[in-house]
Amino acid sequence: MSILINKNTKLVVQGITGRDGGFHASKMKEYGTQVVAGVSPGKEGETVNGIPVFNSVENAVKATGANTSVIFVPAAFAADAILEASAAGIDLVIAISEGVPVNDMIRVMPILKRNKTKLIGPNCPGLITPGESLVGILPGTIFKKGNVGLMSRSGTLTYEVVNMLTESNLGQTTCVGIGGDPVAGLYYLDLLEMFENDPDTEAVVLIGEIGGDAEEQAARFITEKMSKPVVAFIAGQTAPSGKRMGHAGAIISSGSGTAAEKIAAFDKAGVPVAKEPSEIPLLLKEKLIKIHA
Amino acid sequence: MKIHEYQARQIFREYGIPVPDDKLCHSVKEVEEAVANKNGMTVIKAQVLAGGRGKAGGVKLAKTKSEAVEHAKKILGMDIKGYTVEKVLVTDAVDIKKEFYVGLINDRNTKSVILMVSAEGGVEIEEVAKTNPEKIIKYPIDPLTGLLDYEARNIAMKLFGDIKLVRQAASIFQKLYKLYVATDSTLAEINPLIVNTEDQIWAIDGKMNFDDNALFRQPEILAMREPDEDELKEIDAHEKGLSYIKLDGTIGCMVNGAGLAMATMDMIKLYGGSPANFLDIGGSSNPQKVVDAMNILLSDKNVKAVMINIFGGITRCDDVARGLIKALKIINTDVPIVVRLSGTNATEGLAMIEQTGLPTVKTMSEAAKKAIELSNR
Repeated sequence: MSILINKNTKLVVQGITGRDGGFHASKMKEYGTQVVAGVSPGKEGETVNGIPVFNSVENAVKATGANTSVIFVPAAFAADAILEASAAGIDLVIAISEGVPVNDMIRVMPILKRNKTKLIGPNCPGLITPGESLVGILPGTIFKKGNVGLMSRSGTLTYEVVNMLTESNLGQTTCVGIGGDPVAGLYYLDLLEMFENDPDTEAVVLIGEIGGDAEEQAARFITEKMSKPVVAFIAGQTAPSGKRMGHAGAIISSGSGTAAEKIAAFDKAGVPVAKEPSEIPLLLKEKLIKIHA
Repeated sequence: MKIHEYQARQIFREYGIPVPDDKLCHSVKEVEEAVANKNGMTVIKAQVLAGGRGKAGGVKLAKTKSEAVEHAKKILGMDIKGYTVEKVLVTDAVDIKKEFYVGLINDRNTKSVILMVSAEGGVEIEEVAKTNPEKIIKYPIDPLTGLLDYEARNIAMKLFGDIKLVRQAASIFQKLYKLYVATDSTLAEINPLIVNTEDQIWAIDGKMNFDDNALFRQPEILAMREPDEDELKEIDAHEKGLSYIKLDGTIGCMVNGAGLAMATMDMIKLYGGSPANFLDIGGSSNPQKVVDAMNILLSDKNVKAVMINIFGGITRCDDVARGLIKALKIINTDVPIVVRLSGTNATEGLAMIEQTGLPTVKTMSEAAKKAIELSNR
């Protein structure tokens, strides 16, 4: 099992005729993802690496039965692309686009809620269920099928950690990059619940960073609702206050959202926090030995 | 992006929020001219992009013209939290009966804009939030309807008893929300919002921040930007596709990805060093980006060693190595550099770097240790 995507996921790529959209559509297909359609207004009838292109998400869904969408359009048009996917009945939308204005996302949220559309991102690397489906820009080769669930606000830091997990023979059920923006779709609590209910996931890795209080909320949720072990890492202990650290959401404002507060919350919840990424596989193995003992 | 108080007041006025008259002055002479025709009391306010100006002595009430000039002499040139005061705002003093707080922010949890009001105005709202959180009223605004008349009125009724004041305040809340959305703000604060002795409501101080992601569609806001020296460097880096923030340490870092860049800084600290910067070169291995990044890094004279930390995913390590080699041919530096490449095509990349004689390592931890060792030589 896995969460959110699996071998039956039928993917439509919005912005498939762009440079990134085209490149990653081919990469995803190569990985084994069922990439059934692309969307690019005015280019219906064309194909990209054998993938049929449609004028609208609606047309793509009608012709192919796509149920998941990944968005590569420029940031200024991302909100519209998300809403188009939602209106066409797509269940899960993954927005890769970076630099989407936060007010656009705020306007999108109530409509997604009404249509019961799940969103991941924006400004995220996507997600992967190893061996079954890859949606986004993650490098497929570093992942391995297994029993660890992972969620992260980061891209390359996630790859770093996943690479270590795989080298330590700790495969993954599903790895989700939730993105670095302050207002985003599915977040820790949603995913922790999904991993808790996924029979194949035995333990979870949470990679957080400075900004907001989602990690503190996750810590409370773990205490109250999770039976499975969680291991955490928090980036940004040396980040200065008031500066946006690359990600729009990675900012300590008025002294809150610091790494120290987040680490303290996890400590209180009994969630081990790795001092450096290479400690994550060790902490996980300790937890997993206890389960299997 | 942040703006000064005088700029926030201009925006408030454009949207019909009552703000007392003011004049921006860059010199004592300009202050003399500004108060020449004034009869009442004035307030001289330092214009810097830092909070706590009042506590630092940057805001002073003047009863007479000569007193205003004396205050201006002291405040101009003053240092407030590392910012030198280069301009002051001269405003009419208002007879304050009571002070309130009004603010709008983006809230991550409700994924909406939240209106915050409090009868505890004039002090830092973060303080109130810590000591008396129940004294702040928070109201999430539905982005599809905006702040409706009855909503604004009901919130205002929690602060005011007199219906005339309720109507004035409600109208200000709605105007503030309108300008917040129109300008892609991430913070719009009136603190304090005051009632004067004639029962009129005025905004007498304002603070606004804007969404950097939306500046492309906000040319008027972008034109208000007055960056300091460090911010100029950050903006320059941003235009080159890099994300750079200067810090105080001695180890320069160049990393692909923001999360990994933060983790790299943390690791340097963990092993006893201090990071000189945050620098994310993004997902591209374009040699020009590497050259630009190295130039920015090495322009910081505190940098005693450079740690390059790349995890190749879609980015190939051999491409990054090519960029680095090209960059190092252009840039002449005797600052020691340690290179860590991992992930896609790392073996090929590392072999290429080794030919240049630069020290290479396989893991982040080794790279941090090596960089610290090199910086101490």
